[in-house]
Amino acid sequence: MMLGRYRGLAQEGVLGLNKRNGDYILRFNPRRLYPLVDDKLKTKRLALKAGIAVPELYGVMETQHDIRLLPDIVRDHSAFALKPAHGSAGDGIVVIAGRSGSRYRTVGGTLLDEGTLSHHLSNAINGQFSLGGVPDVVIVEYMVRFSPLFERISFQGVPDIRVIVFRGFPIMAMVRLPTRDSHGKANLHQGAVGAGIDIASGVSLDGVVGTEVVTHHPDTTHVISGLQIPDWDVILDIAARCHELTGLGYIGVDIVLDRDLGPLVLELNARPGLAIQIANRQGLLRRLQLCEEKADFSAAPQARVAFSKQWFQHPVGPTIEPERVAAAVA
Amino acid sequence: MNNRHIYVLSAVLVAVSLALFAYKAWVLGLPLQPKQETQVWNIEATIKFEPGPAAVKATLRIPGLTPGYAILDESFVSRGFGLTTRSAPAGREAQWTLREAKGPQVLYYRALVYRDVSRIAEDTTPPFPEQPIMDDASRAAMEALIAEVRRQSADVASFTTGLLRHINMADNDPYVSVFLRRTSTPAERAHLATVILAGAQIPARLAHGVPLRSETGQVRVESLLEVHDGVQWLYFNPQSLEQGLPRDFLIWWRGDEHIADIDGGTLLDVTLAAQQNLLDSMLVAERRAERLGSHSIDFSLFSLPIATQAVYGVLLMVPIGALVIMLLRNFIGIKTFGTFMPVLVALAFRETRLLWGVVLFAVIVSLGLLIRFYLEKLRLLLVPRLTCVLTVVVLLMAGISVLSQKLDIQPGLSIALFPMVIISMTIERMSIVWEERGASEAIQEGIGSLIVAAISYVIMEITWLEHLMFVFPELLLLVVAATLLTGRYTGYRLLELRRFRALLPQGG
Repeated sequence: MMLGRYRGLAQEGVLGLNKRNGDYILRFNPRRLYPLVDDKLKTKRLALKAGIAVPELYGVMETQHDIRLLPDIVRDHSAFALKPAHGSAGDGIVVIAGRSGSRYRTVGGTLLDEGTLSHHLSNAINGQFSLGGVPDVVIVEYMVRFSPLFERISFQGVPDIRVIVFRGFPIMAMVRLPTRDSHGKANLHQGAVGAGIDIASGVSLDGVVGTEVVTHHPDTTHVISGLQIPDWDVILDIAARCHELTGLGYIGVDIVLDRDLGPLVLELNARPGLAIQIANRQGLLRRLQLCEEKADFSAAPQARVAFSKQWFQHPVGPTIEPERVAAAVA
Repeated sequence: MNNRHIYVLSAVLVAVSLALFAYKAWVLGLPLQPKQETQVWNIEATIKFEPGPAAVKATLRIPGLTPGYAILDESFVSRGFGLTTRSAPAGREAQWTLREAKGPQVLYYRALVYRDVSRIAEDTTPPFPEQPIMDDASRAAMEALIAEVRRQSADVASFTTGLLRHINMADNDPYVSVFLRRTSTPAERAHLATVILAGAQIPARLAHGVPLRSETGQVRVESLLEVHDGVQWLYFNPQSLEQGLPRDFLIWWRGDEHIADIDGGTLLDVTLAAQQNLLDSMLVAERRAERLGSHSIDFSLFSLPIATQAVYGVLLMVPIGALVIMLLRNFIGIKTFGTFMPVLVALAFRETRLLWGVVLFAVIVSLGLLIRFYLEKLRLLLVPRLTCVLTVVVLLMAGISVLSQKLDIQPGLSIALFPMVIISMTIERMSIVWEERGASEAIQEGIGSLIVAAISYVIMEITWLEHLMFVFPELLLLVVAATLLTGRYTGYRLLELRRFRALLPQGG
């Protein structure tokens, strides 16, 4: 049975952790480029330089001392997000939606007094949330107001869109929808719903929680599939251009849709997770191989997006139909 | 990237490792099993003598050239006597001297010998013997006898057997009866053979020794006739005429002399005893390597001081534990706190034993977590908080040790061997996972780490493996090869088969 499963997964082109690490990350993501994505501040600055929209940076707290500057930094903003620059998997992020008196109200509705928040920031600066516990800085930035589109299939928090970009080609995408279980975080690990997105059309597929398929959002009970993601072409374009931003060959691009500002890049990930395959109910390997066989890696971002939309219409079959080959040649 | 490179490198490592291993195991005879034993014999010579009024000098021939056997160790017991050993025509001699002695004296020589087939007589070719000195009648008889035997023989071996046959039938042989009486002892007959062989220009001598058999106790000296055929020494049993050196025969000394003689006293008795025994193979192998001129033991871990050896005995097992963890992580997919934390915990388990190790680990981590949650409320900065947790962990450990001493629970004492820094970090990371990802995940990962630690402990506890690693550290190259190959394993992990089961074709 084990062997049968193994073969089944291989047939479906499912990418395993070992293969992702050995054949893709080690091959296409040079170590020296990691700091560009591991440090959200660096990513943000690179994106701004390349003209890619990101949440506006209000300020940076680099030392314990800087924590006292927080009220000054957010004087003109009632809502803002606090992120450790080296945090991973959303650890250490606090989103403040407003204030009541001297206290801060998080997006989840919890009230934090100044002392609690300072303690949290001080932990973050000391490296509690960074890889290896190295000292960190905290970014204060614009709080994303998520598009009303997602209201029906999201519980608190901000849904975000994850696109896997292989050497500049968007090859798979999903939308992550916060749930009550995930405490408003768009983290599949913690119980958020992941729903695949057809690269060609930008329409959502059924969702999964953990490894279970769900057709409706567990908290709002609305149907997940069939939702057209707005600005899909813009999202694909941004994702494709993120390759040039860092030079990394295998990345996960996290994008949010802001009500007013449209798609904004939240962060890049040099070791994107594999759960996206479950959300799409498709292996990544087939698409990666297709890309390696057919794609022109020197193409401009627009051409790359066109290629992806042409080849990665859901579901990508194991064999390529002749007319599609003909179309590609033409 | 280049898989062939890695396959070749791994193959080279495996080949080197196995070649070294095979050389040490089969050529040097290093033991493959812990506490493996080799058959050895304790041989002992006891000399009793009555000293005269003046200075006394006792000489004992002791084993020197012993084909088929090697001497591991020897000792002399002789209170008050001066002792020298030296080479002599007969082999080696021990000489005890004393200016004044009263009453009967007893001296002992003891040696430890083991069978070593690689050891052969390292003798040089002897010169042609001088003609024996005898009267004319005897000479005529000897020459006639030589002519007679030579007529019936083809080479040195058949000449010797022919001659011995004549000597053994002394009564019927007119030539031999010139030299021997009917009552002549076997020793006298054997001595005659050497004389006649010298007359025939064939180097010959008597080799005296004892049989080493499984029964123990007193042994009697037996003599063999050694004849050189121009290439090598041949051995003959002078009575049975059997040719060849018996496997269980230890040559003690050579020549016509008695095993011992006393100058300035009266020899009362010499007894020889042999006792079969078993000895640690490692000692025997070391000795053998020394003799073969191999430096593999000089430069092995055995050349280190005992305390350092003990450290390396443990250290060499760490890669094995790490190997286990590597397999569990990359082939099974188990998550642990910290990559090698479980190895260190497993090392601590070696002292506490598994059950107590798990209990103590669970106790200390749970208590540490409680403290950590309390500290969270105090809002301490990160580094002071870590230091505080570490300090509390040390205090907890001390407390548990003292408590278990009072309750007379021995294993509680060994908690001191837990890697406290690693435990503090584990507590810290566990509490963060607890807060960020929830209790169930933290506990799951904690239990996962504990299971991995237990598995690597069980494997690191295999004494046989520990012995192999210590005696044959080159086997670690196999571990290196395994890591290289695993490093390029890009197949699924066992737990991924479950994780991605929704992606299976039939949805199964």
